[in-house]
Amino acid sequence: MVLSKTASESDVSIHSTFASRYVRNSLPRFRMPENSIPKDAAYQIINDELMLDGNPRLNLASFVTTWMEPECDKLIMDAVNKNYVDMDEYPVTTELQNRCVNMIAHLFNAPLKESEAAVGVGTVGSSEAIMLAGLAFKRKWQNKRKAEGKPFDKPNIVTGANVQVCWEKFARYFEVELKEVKLREGYYVMDPVKAVELVDENTICVAAILGSTLNGEFEDVKLLNDLLVEKNKQTGWDTPIHVDAASGGFIAPFLYPELEWDFRLPLVKSINVSGHKYGLVYAGIGWIIWRSKEDLPEELIFHINYLGTDQPTFTLNFSKGSSQVIAQYYQLIRLGYEGYRNVMENCHENAMVLKEGLEKTGRFNIVSKDEGVPLVAFSLKDSRRHDEFEISEMLRRFGWIVPAYTMPADAQHITVLRVVIREDFSRTLAERLVLDIQKVLHELDTLPARVNAKLSAVENGKNGTVIKKTEMEKQREITDFWKKYVMERKSNRNKIC
Amino acid sequence: MPEESMPKEAAYQVINDELMLDGNPRLNLASFVTTWMEPECDKLIMAAINKNYVDMDEYPVTTELQNRCVNMIAHLFHAPIGDNETAIGVGTVGSSEAIMLAGLAFKRKWQHRQKSQGKPFDKPNIVTGANVQVCWEKFARYFEVELKEVKLREGYYVMDPEKAVEMVDENTICVAAILGSTLTGEFEDVKRLNELLTKKNEETGWDTPIHVDAASGGFIAPFLYPDLEWDFRLPLVKSINVSGHKYGLVYAGVGWVIWRNKEDLPEELVFHINYLGSDQPTFTLNFSKGSSQIIAQYYQFIRLGFKGYKNIIGNCMENARVLREGLEKTGRFDILSKEVGVPLVAFALKDSTKYTVFQIADNLRRFGWIIPAYTMAPDAQHIAVLRIVIREDFSRALAERLISHVEEVLKEMDTLAAKTAETTATVDAAQRGKPAKKSEREIQEEVTQYWKRFVDRRRTGVC
Repeated sequence: MVLSKTASESDVSIHSTFASRYVRNSLPRFRMPENSIPKDAAYQIINDELMLDGNPRLNLASFVTTWMEPECDKLIMDAVNKNYVDMDEYPVTTELQNRCVNMIAHLFNAPLKESEAAVGVGTVGSSEAIMLAGLAFKRKWQNKRKAEGKPFDKPNIVTGANVQVCWEKFARYFEVELKEVKLREGYYVMDPVKAVELVDENTICVAAILGSTLNGEFEDVKLLNDLLVEKNKQTGWDTPIHVDAASGGFIAPFLYPELEWDFRLPLVKSINVSGHKYGLVYAGIGWIIWRSKEDLPEELIFHINYLGTDQPTFTLNFSKGSSQVIAQYYQLIRLGYEGYRNVMENCHENAMVLKEGLEKTGRFNIVSKDEGVPLVAFSLKDSRRHDEFEISEMLRRFGWIVPAYTMPADAQHITVLRVVIREDFSRTLAERLVLDIQKVLHELDTLPARVNAKLSAVENGKNGTVIKKTEMEKQREITDFWKKYVMERKSNRNKIC
Repeated sequence: MPEESMPKEAAYQVINDELMLDGNPRLNLASFVTTWMEPECDKLIMAAINKNYVDMDEYPVTTELQNRCVNMIAHLFHAPIGDNETAIGVGTVGSSEAIMLAGLAFKRKWQHRQKSQGKPFDKPNIVTGANVQVCWEKFARYFEVELKEVKLREGYYVMDPEKAVEMVDENTICVAAILGSTLTGEFEDVKRLNELLTKKNEETGWDTPIHVDAASGGFIAPFLYPDLEWDFRLPLVKSINVSGHKYGLVYAGVGWVIWRNKEDLPEELVFHINYLGSDQPTFTLNFSKGSSQIIAQYYQFIRLGFKGYKNIIGNCMENARVLREGLEKTGRFDILSKEVGVPLVAFALKDSTKYTVFQIADNLRRFGWIIPAYTMAPDAQHIAVLRIVIREDFSRALAERLISHVEEVLKEMDTLAAKTAETTATVDAAQRGKPAKKSEREIQEEVTQYWKRFVDRRRTGVC
């Protein structure tokens, strides 16, 4: 969506650095310029403006990969002009995608025979993957209901309130009701017991998250499976499970291979994972794997006569670049099982270093668990004087992007800061971050709290003196009040990603 | 997955070598999608490869570049925006996503209207031509909208506006016109559609809108045919999509959808995310994705400007003309594409009894050319064509070389066909008087030929 604010007139010009040398006219901002400019000028202008973007590697808010080996960068650049969907023209690229799907399916213990091809597809990200999975569940459920002669106009899906925004998108765009299991203080993931209670005959599936966005925790998919099997026996509704393993899908198999969360559980019918998170590829790739052919209704698959050959496809996007698929394959064969395990172990180690450093300050509660996605979510023990949002703002000065946000319902009073440990976040950086956080705390301690001033004013009043607030103080009080009000409202629409 | 790691040089080499067997993107004459960009742009692309586009708070300049592109494209399409208004639109991964978003907006708006009038809203439909690209069928199937297709006929390979308007009923969420049909590159007559639909709307009061799928044509018409009224100048056009990666001259992975104004995009579809601390309205299907193509699109806009695009597309049309004339000169082809439209040449054999266009396509592959052959959509399935798309990087030299290769292939197939006829005649002569006894092999060959032609005819749905 376009959020740019226009200046007072149209065609506000950007003053080009090279206006005197290359171009006579300045570049317009809202209309296409009339004339061409030399390519060096175009490159320079854009490059210079982009210097003001943040540094991707210091963005500790994002799970998405920000560094790959130069060899892989080379492969990426070579493939940038290949339109992935031209399967007939680029059969090897298509084959690489199929190999990735098979490898990931095996990683998730899909019940495949020796040389059986897995059912799955590469997508642009977990959002597309989740929409495809949801579509498959919806269609399967509708077919079942039609066959039973029952109404099929009110499908719903059961998830935790901690779901990422793409589930809400799916629900809204594909007209499925979202039934959310509320969180509570101390329990920030979906409670399997409550989830199963919410299941009714219109539930198309229950979605569990492996690696909650908010605190990196793995939901107990096994318990959910066991409870749901019980309920299915009683009701006969056959409600399936989908596991949103966007972050956790490339962590659990390497760090916690004994944890049963994938196709080893019989009710799990599809799993999505983001290649661009712990799959260690740049932004733009996700994967969705189905348990078996039966879980993907044939009518959703399109058979295209693409450039002469029959090609079955089930994706929302059509033309897209091939680079990320090739990069994913590169990572899978370059690192192999042992390589991924080493990377994940390092991330986990650094997360522990960070966690201990924060605990040592004595000012924070650690909200994230040790087992889960390598991230550290922490909140202030005492946030009466300053809150986590202020810490986040001040850390920006050092270059760190550390987001602060409130938990979703019903734990909105808890605010946390979250640091994601990616592959390229070394131990030195972790130690430096701890130092910078300590610096910030020192600074904040010296600053008068806005709340404190109010309290003392009230106290003075209580001692009998008449409080006469100046206009400025009144303005400040009101402004502070509204600021907190707006912040709360913003956080209530909390859709941190 | 292999158990152990391998050195990065080895991984690179193994994959690089295997990819040598992929086709050469620049010889792929089947695709509209851009296959070449300037090295300066490649540099920008590589520098932005690790930027997750959706981190709007972290990368405000990249977000601003997207907004500028949206504004520029909206103005290109004559969106009725005032001086202080920002355009309503968004960058997508391609026209498929763009069309799904546009369709969603139409569907939701129509549902509201029906609900407020107390009418049923469970059977929405959309009217298009049978020549639509597959993403419309995807939209229809995934979002549970009925697709009402206006059939083609021989000699008329786009949607007939009159027939389209006839098909409109009160459950129609919109009529989709294509600017630059996939099959022949023709521009549909959106102005006529607008006129007929306005009249029908006056009679029925249904207020049916139009969407223009300008995936290919959106970056051609404004430069070559500025007087052609197909965009927001027509009052019923409420949204337009265009592919940045076709004649927007960017690599695969970027499309744009523009709405006429705020009212055409129901607010409930827009998500307000608290992303890393700031409020960000978004309406896309995809979330995380790369930033490179957006930056590349902006690069092209300011690098080329209006004149640059006009020159490039003009060159494409020139080369298309050269190719078309060369093919006409052989005297063996009917040209189905029009001169006004997307720069491509679609042609059919005048006489396909001896061999088909599918065989010609197969033979041209030997020279390295990828040229698709396909049958038209119903009801013109008996017409089979070859289609060559002229992109920016298809020079005149290549056009002339292609013509000479086509001539060579024709000569080869003529001799082959003649030889087969001779053999058949000899056999017939030898068999006159004897009872016809076909060997097993001959029967097999006949049956195979029959089925091959049958399958060839069944092929349709090119992209």
